[in-house]
Amino acid sequence: MNYFKGTEDYVLSPELKDSVNVSIALGRPLLIKGEPGTGKTLLAHSIAKSLGKELIIWNIKSTTKAREGLYVYDTVQRLNDSRFGDRDVSDIKQYINLGKLGVAFSAPEQAILLIDEIDKADIEFPNDLLNELDEMSFYIPETSELIKAINRPIVIITSNSEKELPDPFLRRCVFHYIDFPAEALMEDIVKVHFPDIDKKLVKECMKKFYWIREFDMLRKKPSTSELIDWIQALTIGGIPAKNIEKEMPFLGTLLKKQEDVELVANAGKNHYAYNSSMRTRNVY
Amino acid sequence: MFINFFFNLKAAGVPVSLHEWITLHHALAQNLNDCSLTRFYHIARSILVKNEIHYDRYDIAFLDTFKDVETTDEMLDKILEGLKKVKELKLTEEEKKQIQQLDLDEVLRNFEQQLREGHYKGHVGGNKAIGTGGRSTQGAWGYNPAGVRIGQGVSRHKRAVQIAEKRSFRNYSSDITLDTRQMRVALSHLRSLLPISPEEKLNLDRTIDATCKNAGEIEFVWETKEKKASKVILLMDSGGSMDPYSTLVERLFSASSSQISRFKHYHFHNCIYQDLWTDMERNSSISTAELLKNEDDDYKVIIVGDGEMAPSELTWVNGAIDYWYYNDIPGQVWLQRIRDKFKDSIWLNPLPMRSWNYVHSIRLIRSIFPMFELTLEGLDDGIRFLMQGKSKLYDMH
Repeated sequence: MNYFKGTEDYVLSPELKDSVNVSIALGRPLLIKGEPGTGKTLLAHSIAKSLGKELIIWNIKSTTKAREGLYVYDTVQRLNDSRFGDRDVSDIKQYINLGKLGVAFSAPEQAILLIDEIDKADIEFPNDLLNELDEMSFYIPETSELIKAINRPIVIITSNSEKELPDPFLRRCVFHYIDFPAEALMEDIVKVHFPDIDKKLVKECMKKFYWIREFDMLRKKPSTSELIDWIQALTIGGIPAKNIEKEMPFLGTLLKKQEDVELVANAGKNHYAYNSSMRTRNVY
Repeated sequence: MFINFFFNLKAAGVPVSLHEWITLHHALAQNLNDCSLTRFYHIARSILVKNEIHYDRYDIAFLDTFKDVETTDEMLDKILEGLKKVKELKLTEEEKKQIQQLDLDEVLRNFEQQLREGHYKGHVGGNKAIGTGGRSTQGAWGYNPAGVRIGQGVSRHKRAVQIAEKRSFRNYSSDITLDTRQMRVALSHLRSLLPISPEEKLNLDRTIDATCKNAGEIEFVWETKEKKASKVILLMDSGGSMDPYSTLVERLFSASSSQISRFKHYHFHNCIYQDLWTDMERNSSISTAELLKNEDDDYKVIIVGDGEMAPSELTWVNGAIDYWYYNDIPGQVWLQRIRDKFKDSIWLNPLPMRSWNYVHSIRLIRSIFPMFELTLEGLDDGIRFLMQGKSKLYDMH
C-alpha cells in the first residue's frame, strides 16, 4: 500500500501527513488551502518523490476549461490536413490530444496529478470535473472511446481561496488547511534549506520575522519562501547575527511593498501603536 | 453515542453531509487514525470540514462530544517523556529480547506502579488511561527501543481535546469583524463584482471574409466576448466612532479598485448631507446633488458606516453633528434620494447585527437601505444580494 512518509527536503506537520494518507487510502482528491508560501505546490512534488511516482501538473488559469483537462479535439489541424491530404483525416484519433487529466488516467503506472490553483478558473470549473474525478473515467464521443483510469491517480488540488468552491465538489474531497508554521516547525524548515547555518543567526532571524508578521497593517505578510530568501541574502552578505536586531538588513527581500518597508523601518520596538485590528476594539 | 458527533457538528453550524459522514466511517474502518483520538481529530476534520472558517465550530462540537473521553494519547506522551530520559540507554541483544517477550499487561502494570511511586512528574489521573491503554498498540510501541526516535516527533502532539480546547482557529471563523488577516479573503469576495473573464469565440462571418480575401487559405478570426464590468461607488463614514474601521475599509476597496472598471469613493460623517468629501480629512468635497444628477444609475453603491447617531442627525434640518455644518435638508431625505437613484445599494455595518434593533438611527437607516454586517459572511451576503439584483426589491415597510 502507498504510505506517504514525507521527504527530507520537505518538512510537514503530522496532521498534513495524516491527511495525505487518508486521501490516498480513500482514493479521494486532497484539497490543500493555506497562505501563499506555505508549500502547497511543493507537497505534491514531495509526495511524488516519496512514493516514487510520476507527477503530472495541471496549472489552472482563468481561461482554463474543464474539457481541456480531458482532451482537445484539434479540428483546425484536421481541416488543414483535409486540404493538403498530408494525413488520413478519417482517422480522428490522431487529432484527439489528451489533456492532463486524460494523461493521468491513461498512465500505465499510478500517477500523481496536481491540479494547481483550481480557484483561478471559472466558478463552474470544479463542478464540470465532478463525475470525472469520481469515476476516474470519461468518454470521447468523437472516437467512441472510453478513457478509464487503470490505476486511480492520487489527486492533489491546491487553492488560494480566491473563489469559493462549490459544495458538491468539496463533499468529494479531503480537505487540509496548512496553517502558517509555528516557530518550532519553521526552524526545521530553515534547517532543511541551510543544513549548516549559524544557530544564532537563525534565532535572530526568526525573532525578527515573527515580529514583522505581527504587524496588522502590512499589505503583504512575508511568507516562508521570503524568510528563506532573506536568510540566504544574510548568509551571502556575511551579516553577523548581532546586527540583525538593530539594522534589519535586506528588508526588501522580506517585504515587497514600499509602504510595508517604511512601516516596519519606522516602527520602534513596540509596534502596537500601529496595530489597528478591529478585533481590539470592544464595541460594547 | 458516536452519531452524536454528527448532530453536534450540525448544531454547531458545520455544514456536514451524510456523504462525508459515511466517508469518515470508511476511514475509521481502515483504522487510518491508528486508534488515536488526536489523529482521529485531524482525520475527521479533514474529511468533515471543507473550509477553515468552520474549524472553530468543529472544535466546539468536538469538545462537546469527546470532552469526557479517556484517551491513550496522554499516556503515550508520558511514556515517551519517560523514555526520553533513558534515550542514551544501550540495550544488549539479550535485553532487547527480554523486552520483546514482555507481556503488554505486565508492562502496563509495571508502568502504573512506577507512576505511583512518583518516577514521573506531573501525573494526573493516569491510572484509568493506562487501563484503557491495553487495547492500543501504542503502549508496546513506546517501550520498543526503536520507538524512541519515532516518539520524539510525536510528542509535540497535544491531546485532541486540548487542541480543540485551544480553539486556535478562532480567527478564521467568519463571524468576527474583518481584520487584516481576512482582508485577502474579503477581497476575493468582492471579486464577484468583477467582470467575468472574456470568452474566445469564432466570428464566422469575418472568418469567411478573411478566408475569401486570402484566396481560400483559411484564416480564423477570433473575438473576445467582453462582459459588462461593474461600476462601484463606495460611501464611507469616516469620523468619530468609525475611525478604527475607516482605513481598513478604504484599503479593502482600493485594493480591489484596480480591477473594478469604474470605482469612486467618498466620505461622510455619520450621515450623508449635501456634500460628500473626497478625502478622509474632509477638506475637499463634491455636491451630493451633482453626484445624483451626473452618474449613471447602474452604479452599485456600497455604504459603510455604523449608523450609530442621534436620530436628530437623520431627521432634523440642521441636524448634522458638526457644529460648523448647516444642512437645510434632513439626512434621511438625502439617504432616500441616493436609494431612489441607485437601486443597487447596500449598507455595511461593522456593528454586530444583534445590536441593530437597539439603536434607533440604525432602525431608521434599515428602513431605507438593506443592511449587512461588515464581516466575511455579511460581505458575502451583501455582495450576492447586490449581484442578484435583490436590492431593487428591498422594502422594509
